[in-house]
Amino acid sequence: MTDFQQQALQLAQQQTAPDWLQDLRAAGAERWSATPWPTRRTEHWKYTPLAPLQKTDFGGWGQAADAADIEWIDAEAPRLVFVNGRFAPALSSAELPAGVVRFADAGADQQAVIQQHLGQIVDSERHLFAALSNAWVEDGVLVHVPQGAQLASTVHIVHISTPEASATTASQRVLIVLEAQASASVVEHFASTEASQNGFVNSLTEVQVAADAEFRHSRVNLEQEDLIHVGGVHVNLGRSARMKGFTLAQGSRLKRIDYQVNHRGEGAELVLNGVYLPRNRQLVDYHTNIEHCVPHGTTSETFRGIIGDSARAVFNGRIHIHPDAQKTLAELSNKNLLTSGKAEVDTKPELEIYADDVRCAHGATVSRLDATALYYLQSRGISQAEAEVMLSFGFINELLREAPEASVQSYLRRRLGWLLGRPEPLARHLEGATS
Amino acid sequence: MLTINNLSANVGETQILRDLSLTVKAGEVHAIMGPNGAGKSTLGNVLTGREGFEVTGGTVDFDGKDLLALDTEERAREGIFLAFQYPVEIPGVSNMEFLKAALDAKRAHQGLEEMSSVEFMKLARETCRQVRMDQSFLKRGVNEGFSGGEKKRNEILQMMLLQPRLCILDETDSGLDIDALQSVSDGVNTMRTPERGFIVVTHYQRLLDYIEPDFVHVLAQGRIVKSGTKELARELEAHGYGWLDSEVA
Ligand SMILES: Nc1ncnc2c1ncn2[C@@H]1O[C@H](COP(=O)(O)OP(=O)(O)O)[C@@H](O)[C@H]1O
Ligand SMILES: [Mg+2]
Repeated sequence: MTDFQQQALQLAQQQTAPDWLQDLRAAGAERWSATPWPTRRTEHWKYTPLAPLQKTDFGGWGQAADAADIEWIDAEAPRLVFVNGRFAPALSSAELPAGVVRFADAGADQQAVIQQHLGQIVDSERHLFAALSNAWVEDGVLVHVPQGAQLASTVHIVHISTPEASATTASQRVLIVLEAQASASVVEHFASTEASQNGFVNSLTEVQVAADAEFRHSRVNLEQEDLIHVGGVHVNLGRSARMKGFTLAQGSRLKRIDYQVNHRGEGAELVLNGVYLPRNRQLVDYHTNIEHCVPHGTTSETFRGIIGDSARAVFNGRIHIHPDAQKTLAELSNKNLLTSGKAEVDTKPELEIYADDVRCAHGATVSRLDATALYYLQSRGISQAEAEVMLSFGFINELLREAPEASVQSYLRRRLGWLLGRPEPLARHLEGATS
Repeated sequence: MLTINNLSANVGETQILRDLSLTVKAGEVHAIMGPNGAGKSTLGNVLTGREGFEVTGGTVDFDGKDLLALDTEERAREGIFLAFQYPVEIPGVSNMEFLKAALDAKRAHQGLEEMSSVEFMKLARETCRQVRMDQSFLKRGVNEGFSGGEKKRNEILQMMLLQPRLCILDETDSGLDIDALQSVSDGVNTMRTPERGFIVVTHYQRLLDYIEPDFVHVLAQGRIVKSGTKELARELEAHGYGWLDSEVA
């Protein structure tokens, strides 16, 4: 075991989790200890060295704080806020829609739902950091929508790192269970208040979407510079279930996010769109894996990245169509825009098809800012810096427009200049952009 | 307002403009005609400071300023406008955002306040009507999927919004149907005032029937080889450029 693996186990021992989570914790710890530490030769970590984790001496768990200077994506929407991994009641809504509860407050029925699904949707044999999340599970959020019901309002789950999180760890866990014909929209928002926070956040979201249920999900990862974030979203889709997912990540020292969606019931539909915007010396790594196990499933997946300065991005998108998954429709597209000579991207879209009657397409491109388009904008009096922001915006606008929540769209538009590493006024025209 | 003196310019290693001289005074319309490859578009690119077009000699004075010392965007804010021969498509950036960004940049340069969105929308819609362009084009991506004629109307729309001092139209009439040609010419004629100058690059007499030039020049092999009045355009239309070889030599 590496030092970090040892340290992680010690951290688990400092926690005080309820009895009914102990089995999962023990299984997680066991898996974590038994799994060899990824190296450059480990397929899924080839381009993303975990060295930053090994280099930091994580002293303990993050401390609670009841203030954090961030802008909410939607100040009106009900939200659960965690600061440095600790629930922050002062920042959270007093009332939450029925079906939304912290693990710590879960009643007997809710505990039963959690025990039934938690750790069951994710495959922790294939996802090392899911094993860690199991070992570290203490608190978390359950969104449970019963059959035929609709979650009364979009729920925001916000994870904030503040300066108290220096060289500490945080574990974030979300479980979403939609019974048949249920519907819900959930926004996960990760933020940090300062660029110099060097903590480690391990986050895991599991989602069960039963037959004919509809799930909308947005995951916005905006922790800055020095933070390390390893996260995953793992989903099972039942018969004719629908999911519309959107994710955006600004880079940090190490930011790795996995999406795993399993088409378990026939005729499910998945739309998954992602945007990554690393700059400075940041890294963003998205690994997505869609498993079509049954017939008549549909997947439409589009990721776009704008990589600036000396930043690096990794996109690995796999769609695996099993022999039984006839009549699958699957599309995977990844486009990258490099805005500096030192920016890099490793992109690998993979289609593995073992059924013969399917329609599939995939493609990846890497390009640079179009000099002719820049000249055209500048010839109208627009500065080069602003022209670059406009072209970058144009590159991802289509995906922002399709984000499932209007509040997410407008929040991101407002911060676009900042996201692209440019002073705010440069993106002022884009704020109200409707196209 | 514009004095070009012995201007020479290269694209890469190749010299394209050779000692070109031209003076445009406020209120004048100059037509430039000439064979393909003569350097007409190059002149527009050089005057707007496009990267890759290297000035190797000569001067350009614009309202008392050394134009060649300015960046592309500064030239635009000072009042130079080029209607592109091939307007550029920019998917994802709405025409509206683009137009507002351009107008705001110009107003900031003039020390004026940014226009409010409401005021701007009104102005943009009104200008759309003037060039007979449907307002839905404001919401679309810049020139994205526009037909040839729609792109050219969009150029004139930008010109009318920005109210430049010197307008350079590079083959804005090529490929237009009569209706679009009419809109484009109407646009230019509305803008024709004593304070404003025009350089109109065209191959066709047809446009000059609508926009009557004060002067007509023939540009060949990188320089102005003949200048005259609008009658020169008729001669060119009738006889082509074949005579140039003997005359220039
Ligand atoms: N970007 C470029 N790279 C190389 N050659 C160019 C470029 N632009 C123009 N040229 C050359 O310069 C000459 C003049 O072109 P241009 O100014 O477009 O002519 P016109 O507009 O009069 O038809 C042509 O020989 C053309 O091939
Ligand atoms: Mg030309």
